[in-house]
Amino acid sequence: MRKSHDSVFTVGIGGAAGDGIRESGSTLGAILTELGYESFMSFTYPSLIRGGHNFARITFSKDKVYSDHEALDVLIALNEESIVLHRAEMAENSAVLADSFEPADIEVLKENAVVVPMAATVKEMGVAAITRNSMALGALCYLLDLDFDLMQKVLEDVFKNKMPEVNIKLADKGYQLLKEKGFRHAKKIEPSDGKKEFMDGNEALARGLMAADLDFYVGYPMTPATSLLQYLAGRQLNSNLRVIQPESELAVINMALGMSYAGKRVAVGSASGGFALMQEAFSNAGMAELPLVVAVSQRQAPATGLPTYSSQTDLRFVIHAGHGEFPRIVIAPGDAEESFKLGADALNLAWKYQLPVIVLMDKIISEHAASCELKSDTVKIEQGSMAAIGRPSEIAAKASQSTVNDSTNQYRRYQITADGISPMAFPGTPNTVIKVTSYEHDESGITTEEAKETESMINKRFAKAETLKKSLDHHETVKVYGDRASKDVVVFWGSTKGPVLEAARYIKKPVKFVQIVWLEPFDTKKVAHELSGARKIINIECNRDAQMANLIKEKTGIEATDMILKFDSRPFEPVTLAERINEIMQR
Amino acid sequence: MTNLSTTAKITWCPGCPNSQILVAFRQTIEGMVNSGSLKIENLVACAGIGCHGKISDYLNVNTFTALHGRVVPVMTGIKCGNPNLTVIGFSGDGDSYDEGLEHVIHAARRNSDIKLFIHDNQLFALTTGQASAASPKGFKGKTTPGGSIEEPFDAIPVLLQAGATFVARSYAGDIAGTRRVMEAAVKHKGFSFTEIIQPCITFFDTRDYFKERVFWREGGPASNISDAIKLAGKEGEKVPLGVFYSTEKPTFEEQTNQ
Repeated sequence: MRKSHDSVFTVGIGGAAGDGIRESGSTLGAILTELGYESFMSFTYPSLIRGGHNFARITFSKDKVYSDHEALDVLIALNEESIVLHRAEMAENSAVLADSFEPADIEVLKENAVVVPMAATVKEMGVAAITRNSMALGALCYLLDLDFDLMQKVLEDVFKNKMPEVNIKLADKGYQLLKEKGFRHAKKIEPSDGKKEFMDGNEALARGLMAADLDFYVGYPMTPATSLLQYLAGRQLNSNLRVIQPESELAVINMALGMSYAGKRVAVGSASGGFALMQEAFSNAGMAELPLVVAVSQRQAPATGLPTYSSQTDLRFVIHAGHGEFPRIVIAPGDAEESFKLGADALNLAWKYQLPVIVLMDKIISEHAASCELKSDTVKIEQGSMAAIGRPSEIAAKASQSTVNDSTNQYRRYQITADGISPMAFPGTPNTVIKVTSYEHDESGITTEEAKETESMINKRFAKAETLKKSLDHHETVKVYGDRASKDVVVFWGSTKGPVLEAARYIKKPVKFVQIVWLEPFDTKKVAHELSGARKIINIECNRDAQMANLIKEKTGIEATDMILKFDSRPFEPVTLAERINEIMQR
Repeated sequence: MTNLSTTAKITWCPGCPNSQILVAFRQTIEGMVNSGSLKIENLVACAGIGCHGKISDYLNVNTFTALHGRVVPVMTGIKCGNPNLTVIGFSGDGDSYDEGLEHVIHAARRNSDIKLFIHDNQLFALTTGQASAASPKGFKGKTTPGGSIEEPFDAIPVLLQAGATFVARSYAGDIAGTRRVMEAAVKHKGFSFTEIIQPCITFFDTRDYFKERVFWREGGPASNISDAIKLAGKEGEKVPLGVFYSTEKPTFEEQTNQ
């Protein structure tokens, strides 16, 4: 038996692949979020289509939940295997809802083994087996003392295209069953009054890109980036957004470079392995100065690795991605809300500085869901430096007043400027020749092999990097939480934010938490400011090489005093992590 | 009409048939612009990497010089991004039959509205003479001193089967003929594929071989793929030139932007 904390409640839903486990988890998350709870859902599954063990775990509370907890207050088990695998995670006084129980289960669970005849009920009603989850959700709602009418409204919305009457009827049956049994052991969690949306990081990133006026998304399916491609593909009908799935990652990124050249705001995405295939063209985005956003979602590598599990092993890979030296931006959101913001930022930055921008995600951020508040009204659309006429959509209207150049002042795509940023024009502009190339080139875009010209073009591109570095103060490159005055510092990046900030509730001493958001360019000044003079610096990340700790040392000269590294492809569990941090703090 | 030349110094070998392809293309564009069938600002000329790829430096029009083997997806991207543009691309046998073959086949399959011209010199020339997928069996290059043991790749039947809606062959030495085929290829709506035989005078001089063997096919293009494959097929030692197939289908870009 595990100890569950009073302020949070955790529900596990287990079954076979194809049982609709993720959908049930998402439905529960949506219900809870709608009712005002802060919730977080993890989803664990092997790389197969049918069978295997799928598990969704939802932790919710009145306060922000950054990560799910292991200790289960309720387990919905759609098969016996789910009980066996998760029995040890059950908290005191927790309940297991299942079709039936083995005698050994009853011996352990006693009256907390609650029979909910899901399979029999759907059979009796003559409806699809997958709908049985709704009966369990209804039972759960009674257990949690949730308002059934409110729940019904949410179910109507969630199931609007998927037999709402059947699902609601089943939920009602589950609710009534437990009501008749008078079974209500669960602790009561009060909701807050905030209204949020329940979504995963890929959806949030997609919405951030769309908020910043994304024209095209090009992708090739690869877990855990696939749902980004699918989500955006589903958004084409009522928008100008277009989504293309070509033959390979090489086609993906080269196609995107063509779109960018034509003046379209474009993003591509893949897992780290897919991004590995894009390297040469990523370098070309740097050389040709074509604005491009690349979403990279890390999974356990090397090679094919563990396709449906997570890691933070590609920090070094992406900050050095592509051959040659050229400026790029790498930003790493720590949760879905940050994915939204950084998705919009990425597109704006790519266009402002005419370079490739990587949004570094991982399986946890991409696929785990949380109650989110997306601040769409704060998103601005930055076009960057345009030569007189602007984007192609505006060209037709202004074609008669062509002012880009005259015979004495030819347009030069790579014109050398003080800030390194050359005004952009796009093909279709009268009297304007736009030449881009993967070769080193002169200001007009014609190949050069001259030593001086080569050097000045490299300096021009790096002038953009200097301009960018000067603007770092305007960006949230580093985020600080907890006790800002504390000499004890915990450093992390990316999805580790979830378990670390969740663990913060259970850390006994005041601690300063520092999240590195911008990986490249690295905000050396700000990071050094937050870390210098610290008594302890505990570096936490999901890799073996302590890539962030080494990067901090390289940039600031400051060394972490302690490391908590995990590289078994699973994320940190918050309560366990808190214990390890407490242990280090006591030394 | 603006001057189509740039200030870039031409660095092809003196007498290289690539210059003849360049002349044929400039004439094609001049003709189309003068007749009002093309606005020069709406033309984008793309190129891959290889001797052929230098052509973009010599054209005072919009150009995108892509990576080796990747010119085709770039072209599709440009056309998707702005369907008003006329997107043509130059590539070589190394650039499209070796490194980037998959893109060519998929562009044909999806009927991407782009015009591809292959400078086929049957070897890697810019890297100074190695066998390519188009080299004849027994070809002695720097990496095949004992002669190539591989059969050459015959692109036209593959492209026809893949769904190319326009397939042609020309010979660089015949500027007027190349210009005629180019204009038809550029005006074609949909994926057009033109193989231009371009002997490499430095590493594999086949000028005399082809001069004797190329001939223009009489009559129009075939109405079905199997006839088109026969039209394009070499008759013993003879090498037919002309437009072998031309048909119209909805393009990828018009469907994408619907």
